[in-house]
Amino acid sequence: MQVSKICELLAATIICGEEHASAKIERGFSSDLMSDVLTLDTDNLLLITGLCNLQTIRTSEMADIRYIVFVRNKKVTAEMLALANENNMCLLESPYTLFKASGLLYQAGLNPVY
Amino acid sequence: MNLEFEIAGGDFTKAGYASSQVKKMLKQLGVEAHCIKNIVIALYEAEVNVVAHAYEGQILVHIESDKITTKIIDKGPGIPDIEQAMQEGYSTASKKVREMGFGAGMGLPNIKKNTDKLQIQSKVDEGTTVEMVNYF
Ligand SMILES: Nc1ncnc2c1ncn2[C@@H]1O[C@H](COP(=O)(O)OP(=O)(O)OP(=O)(O)O)[C@@H](O)[C@H]1O
Ligand SMILES: [Mg+2]
Repeated sequence: MQVSKICELLAATIICGEEHASAKIERGFSSDLMSDVLTLDTDNLLLITGLCNLQTIRTSEMADIRYIVFVRNKKVTAEMLALANENNMCLLESPYTLFKASGLLYQAGLNPVY
Repeated sequence: MNLEFEIAGGDFTKAGYASSQVKKMLKQLGVEAHCIKNIVIALYEAEVNVVAHAYEGQILVHIESDKITTKIIDKGPGIPDIEQAMQEGYSTASKKVREMGFGAGMGLPNIKKNTDKLQIQSKVDEGTTVEMVNYF
């Protein structure tokens, strides 16, 4: 699923990494728990999360996750943005809940990790 | 090659800095991507553990042609029962740690999964040393 399609489905805005708008993502994982994110062994993953702090970006950096959508209207901070840019990540913000965002993406064909 | 980093307990804003530096270094050395991921995930888990559970710590990285050895030494409360701590789901993490997205009790088992050799030594009220080896 293309990043631009994800934006459309989730009424999301691209905060950084607009150059990735046409990139295709295979799978999604929804969690507010970085401990669980670190146990995944999946490439080309979209992280859907309501945990909006620097550790979300750090964890994604370590886990080679490039695409993150922040739900529940959480706003990316300047510090997060700087670290995301440094790691060539693509961040989105959506006003929807984690449940609604996950449901819409799943329905539209984004695959689960398991 | 040797690298050394300091870790400040309780300071989540810097948690992951050392792991990030090691990741960049391994990339420069041309280590295979999957191998890098295993190494930095394990190191990051150990680094976050020091931030979450201990007072201060130090990371010593030793890179040789065929392997990387990483030692994470902390001053802290120590782990009274390492076998119990290794079990998935066991956690004594504080509310603050949970708010940062950690404290599921998955870190130590995940370190085990991502390393070729793992050794944990701990003394209650003194600290913990985690030593791990990954072959390239
Ligand atoms: N460096 C350490 N110093 C003192 N106690 C530790 C240390 N590392 C781990 N522990 C103890 O072992 C438990 C399990 O650690 P583990 O990393 O598996 O889980 P966690 O850190 O609680 O949560 P998670 O890693 O999933 O975010 C911790 O809750 C803590 O009680
Ligand atoms: Mg941990």
